[in-house]
Amino acid sequence: MSSGMQSSSSMAQARRVVQQLRMEASFERIKVSKASSDLMRYCGEHAKNDPLLMGIPTSENPFKDKKPCTVL
Amino acid sequence: MGEMEELRKEMENLKDQITAARKTFQDSTLQEAAAGVTVVGRVQLKTRKTLRGHLAKIYAMHWGTDSTLCVSASQDGKLIVWDTITTNKVNAIPLKSSWVMTCAYAPSGNLVACGGLDNMCSIYNLKGKDGNVKVMRELAAHTGYLSCCRFLSDTEIITSSGDCTCVLWDIETGTQKTVFAGHQGDAMSLGVSPDFKFFISGACDFTAKLWDIREAECRQTFGGHESDINAIGFFPNGNAVITGSDDATCKLYDLRADQELLTYQDSSIMCGVTSLAPSKSGRLLLAGHDDFNVNIWDMLKAERVGVLAGHDNRVSCIGVSTDGMACCTGSWDSFLKIWN
Repeated sequence: MSSGMQSSSSMAQARRVVQQLRMEASFERIKVSKASSDLMRYCGEHAKNDPLLMGIPTSENPFKDKKPCTVL
Repeated sequence: MGEMEELRKEMENLKDQITAARKTFQDSTLQEAAAGVTVVGRVQLKTRKTLRGHLAKIYAMHWGTDSTLCVSASQDGKLIVWDTITTNKVNAIPLKSSWVMTCAYAPSGNLVACGGLDNMCSIYNLKGKDGNVKVMRELAAHTGYLSCCRFLSDTEIITSSGDCTCVLWDIETGTQKTVFAGHQGDAMSLGVSPDFKFFISGACDFTAKLWDIREAECRQTFGGHESDINAIGFFPNGNAVITGSDDATCKLYDLRADQELLTYQDSSIMCGVTSLAPSKSGRLLLAGHDDFNVNIWDMLKAERVGVLAGHDNRVSCIGVSTDGMACCTGSWDSFLKIWN
């Protein structure tokens, strides 16, 4: 491979990186305060439906072996 | 020569621009915003089931969407589909190559996939006519190991590879639809957004990238980690990304603010993160480490609220079921455990 070809492929690579960075720089962002409050709201709204967070009553836990009760 | 130097300068300028732009939107921090939130109480999960059967290190596991079945991959050369409630093995699939590093369950429940040092992603049909599970397709084109794979449907799958690329495949034709290039290190892990429009990848170049599947482009790149990113996942609403790294920390990045919100770290945690999964509401983050433990974090407060200690070797994979009822861990000790 001639040095001309080598430098043109790394040049093409560099151009792609610059193009990608230009796209990422133009991204339309929102404020961290809004992003944070949205995350907190999502956690709050879905907490009651999060079994690992709320705990699972034995009778509703499919993974817990339910031992039969004997009435003496 | 002149153009190369100009391009390098422009690269540096653009990187500085991005850093500056992110700062202008940093009017607060998640830490400040969550100051009034009470830390979650201590989370104590118990092992409810132990899935025994693999004869060597388990490298990967993935829940089926029914929250009952899951698939695991071990370097004993087998893919096992388990009924996690009865602990029965529904399928035990022998693999051509035992050097498996990843596995996935299709949302339909019809297919599973795996791959590893063979550089291929093999698709298996669980619902074949004669009841035998056979290889349906071998997706070959990567020039490096297969680190992760995730189905979009029965006809499309996304893979990440040690060749630094991620690929979207057409399963029926066995061909590459799109190659996602951009990472400058092995792509180690990937996650698909809840709406199936995007996926995220974590790599050995210490960055995470968000990709638009249909537009075939990288939308955003997130840095900050000081070592390889081994694990990645979406926050349940699809607006944030969580990463786990060899630098022993996890990070939360918000997609719309385009920046890191929190780092989950503790001076007592010195081992790399191998795997991670959020709980159903996103409030808890479960992270598997090289030190045989799983740390449970309050995701809003960045405080450790629990530990799962039960494996006798590295925790290599973790997953929370779709209905959020259980967490499954897989380990180099050859066992899978179901916790809740």
